[in-house]
Amino acid sequence: MYDGERIRPAYEQVMDWVRRTPAEQLALKKAEAEALFRRIGITFAVYGEGGDTERLIPFDMMPRVFTEAEWRRLERGVKQRSRALNAFLYDVYHRSEIVRAGKIPADLVYRNEAYEAAVVGISPPGGVYSHIVGIDLVRTGPDEFFVLEDNCRTPSGVSYMLENREIMMRMFPELFRTSRIAPVDDYPDRLRRTLASVAPGKCEGEPVTVLLSPGSFNSAYYEHSFLADQMGIEIVEGQDLFVQGDFVYMRTTEGPKRVDVIYRRIDDSFLDPLCFRPDSMLGVPGLMNVYRSGGVTICSAPGAGVADDKAVYTYVPDMIRFYLGEEPILKNVQTWKCSDPGDLKYVLENLGELVVKEVHGSGGYGMLVGPKSTREQIAAYAERIKADPADFIAQPTLALSTCPTFVDDGLAPRHVDLRPFCLVGKEVHLCPGGLTRVAMREGSLVVNSSQGGGVKDTWVLAD
Amino acid sequence: MLLNVRHTTVYGFDAPMRFVTQSHRLNPVDTAGQKIRSWSVAAEGAAFGAAFTDGAGDRITTMTVQGPVERIEIVVEGEVETFDTTGVLRGHRELISPVCYLQPTSATVPTGALLELVRATVDAARGTELARAHRFSAAVTEAIAYAPGTTHAHTTAAEAVELGQGVCQDHAHALIAMAQATGLPARYASGYLLSGEEAAEDDASHAWAEIRIEGLGWVGFDPANACCPDERYIRLGSGRDAREAAPIRGVSRGGGAEALDVRVEVAQRQQ
Amino acid sequence: MLSRTAENLYWLARYMERADTMARLLEVGYRMALMPSAGAGYRNEWASLIAAAGSSEGFEAKFGDEFRQRDVETWLFYDRENSSSVLSCVETARQNGRAVRTALTSEMWDALNGAYLELRELERQPRTDDLLPQLCDWTKRQSALLRGSTEGTHLQNDGYDFLNLGYHIERADNTARLLDVKYYVLLPTLDMVGGTVDTYQWTTLLRALSAFRSFHWAYGSEYSPRKISHFLILNRACPRSLLHCHDKVSFHLNRLANAYGRTTCAHERMRGALAELTDMDLDAIIDAGLHEFLTRFIHQNAALGQDVADGYLFGVQ
Repeated sequence: MYDGERIRPAYEQVMDWVRRTPAEQLALKKAEAEALFRRIGITFAVYGEGGDTERLIPFDMMPRVFTEAEWRRLERGVKQRSRALNAFLYDVYHRSEIVRAGKIPADLVYRNEAYEAAVVGISPPGGVYSHIVGIDLVRTGPDEFFVLEDNCRTPSGVSYMLENREIMMRMFPELFRTSRIAPVDDYPDRLRRTLASVAPGKCEGEPVTVLLSPGSFNSAYYEHSFLADQMGIEIVEGQDLFVQGDFVYMRTTEGPKRVDVIYRRIDDSFLDPLCFRPDSMLGVPGLMNVYRSGGVTICSAPGAGVADDKAVYTYVPDMIRFYLGEEPILKNVQTWKCSDPGDLKYVLENLGELVVKEVHGSGGYGMLVGPKSTREQIAAYAERIKADPADFIAQPTLALSTCPTFVDDGLAPRHVDLRPFCLVGKEVHLCPGGLTRVAMREGSLVVNSSQGGGVKDTWVLAD
Repeated sequence: MLLNVRHTTVYGFDAPMRFVTQSHRLNPVDTAGQKIRSWSVAAEGAAFGAAFTDGAGDRITTMTVQGPVERIEIVVEGEVETFDTTGVLRGHRELISPVCYLQPTSATVPTGALLELVRATVDAARGTELARAHRFSAAVTEAIAYAPGTTHAHTTAAEAVELGQGVCQDHAHALIAMAQATGLPARYASGYLLSGEEAAEDDASHAWAEIRIEGLGWVGFDPANACCPDERYIRLGSGRDAREAAPIRGVSRGGGAEALDVRVEVAQRQQ
Repeated sequence: MLSRTAENLYWLARYMERADTMARLLEVGYRMALMPSAGAGYRNEWASLIAAAGSSEGFEAKFGDEFRQRDVETWLFYDRENSSSVLSCVETARQNGRAVRTALTSEMWDALNGAYLELRELERQPRTDDLLPQLCDWTKRQSALLRGSTEGTHLQNDGYDFLNLGYHIERADNTARLLDVKYYVLLPTLDMVGGTVDTYQWTTLLRALSAFRSFHWAYGSEYSPRKISHFLILNRACPRSLLHCHDKVSFHLNRLANAYGRTTCAHERMRGALAELTDMDLDAIIDAGLHEFLTRFIHQNAALGQDVADGYLFGVQ
């Protein structure tokens, strides 16, 4: 938020309010917010830590603020990228022009774990594979945004965006009265309409949409039930659905009811034991056959993961040029692929300055933040890279922007990133807001909630 | 050659099943090597639907049976005119990139004894791809003796080579793994075979490997019979391994243990 | 609605009602323990409570056959090994609720989740001997809160019917068990019938069911086992009577039949059972044996629950 020494104009109003409010009252508000979150039951389980599967994510009352002009540019960039990613997905499951043109290596696409040969030649309605694209961004200057990664499967966190806003409006109504903050609460309705817009051709009448969840023991279950509720659709588990003839049905107290669109929050490999993992108890036997014969739409489409692979990421600017004939508006972070011998050499020589990630990893696990690591940690990580170079990519540590955040002794700058949510159906829509994640520890660059990161409300101010 | 097929699969459940769902790859498609004269798949009390042609060009259908059910009998019957294409798969429309078939599955990961066999068999840099494929096939025939009952559905290629025994599934997996290890796309093909008079009854259900040869396309190799598929073969479909290419994949919910009885008869019709 | 949702609502209600009953049982025990000893007969009040809760085997395996108050308290309130302890019931109810969050109003969820969170607090508190009345009150308040939020906020749709089927099938079962334990287990010898201890036990039972005053209104001030039995079995106006519960079950089954345009095996069984119960008079019940009657009722009621499950909850494929 700092523009050199000056506070960015977008923050003036909020900072003014902070200055006028006594510290004790701010502390009270903070406690109140936490109590609200626990009461509502927004929790997030941390993988690998055991114990409490219903932990709260830290919420920071200080919003992150964008002006409308700043947002407009970002919006163009995110939409552009979402369109290109979907064009790429359609292409690699059909004629693969981009591979034929030599713009991306065949191995990277076809030998990718996330590439599903089972859906080659299948055309999902509207040609859309990724209906909700979550693009993780960091800001390094007033008009400079970098994309950290794309999430084309089932990006999570949108419930935080909505609940954070809800809590902020309950606690600080005066701020919302005086500032013109773009609303985000129509997101569930937009999502519902986006999903309905890609109903299969065989659908008769109003499409029946359901959210397919792994169940209440999943760490993101809160979000699943929240979204289903907000959209007014059923939240189902695999056991609730079955295949009969050409269609998928859900078991209801009134008998079987046909389902047209499945917004799934389970991985490809668990969708259907007859197509993918035979031991999956979460999925629906025969679902993929109904999907492939056009009886149901699955969102995101099976196989969409090949577009958000960290190694494929480096080619997204080329995709934008190839499919849209445009120059990318959002930049990619420079990325060294350890599968490339030259890059590998550079990475190993400069580990102290780089961030290294596993190609298929997520959630901030298994990564090395060079400048924050000890000599021993770096040496150990170097061995891991050498053992399987193709599994790693490296990026420079960016001069990330910071945002004022409430910590134990008042406001202090903390690093943030941003995940806006882009809906792709018949139309493309970017919700004016998003999930701002903040690294709560001083100097930390890791914002993942699984690594102790927190969240903030994200405001887009009208001009 | 005119081949008549009768393939029955009978499931018996010791406690009634609530619901049975199956994905069938039981409908052969026309290629240069086979013309389907007539074909039917039937099961009493079953619903069929959700049919489509997948990216590999196979015809897939879905079968469901509502319980409670204690016995399901699936009867496949048909007549196919076959031609010898010396193993080359021609006239088959498919969309999946051959590069996909370079990626091993858990059944075809090349390790241990299998890698040694590859090294002992060829110098990958020498000879044509076709020559290499033939030598691999011969090596598999040599390395794995036909011995039913020594391996099971989940035996991997490397395990079968290590054991030195197996059935057609193991031969095919081993050949796929060897081909992939030297950069040749390879896959599993399932189908029927008109076997000699001495063969056991269930021998007619068969599997072999297909290897992608530059300039020729997909070429079948049957290490179990030390030959390439000819007019005695009917091809049902393919996949990266036995599981993916299985003629029937199914899930049964509720109920108890399952007993399976499969009978396949392939006969040449006299003209 | 999804069959699984209906199933979760049904069990949520059953478990909350069961938690309520466990608390009432504990209260009965606590009050009786304050009475001068009943002397010979059944070992003591606490043992009879565990018998009423239907978990003597589990209890004795864990705590032996001494039936100390503290152990009974642990078993019926705090113990996770006892699937019917208050704690287990509340946790299971919340788990059922959590699985169908979107089928609950936020007030209902607040009540359920609030109970769960407070219970975890209670668990951490040091235990004292006089804590029991507080625990019982707390539990009854939680179930009342959930019932109240359900009545006040839940759309009266099919979900509401499944909740109520759960409540009333469970409650009928619980009343029958409580009554059975009073008549069959608590009373040490026949000659004590009508004695001070007997009367005290009967009024305690009424108090535990929060029906003391209601009884008064309906029957005057004489507490005879016969009147109390009539009150708890055949009085339609008593919200805990068997007939009342089955009236309600029947009511909600009929609503479902109207909404869905079809009846199930549960409807048939309900019609028969309700007709039978309506036609009964207390003399016939007592003559044939109260215990035998209650045993048959409990079986009938369980079969009804199974019919509801078959008819709606596991889906119609």
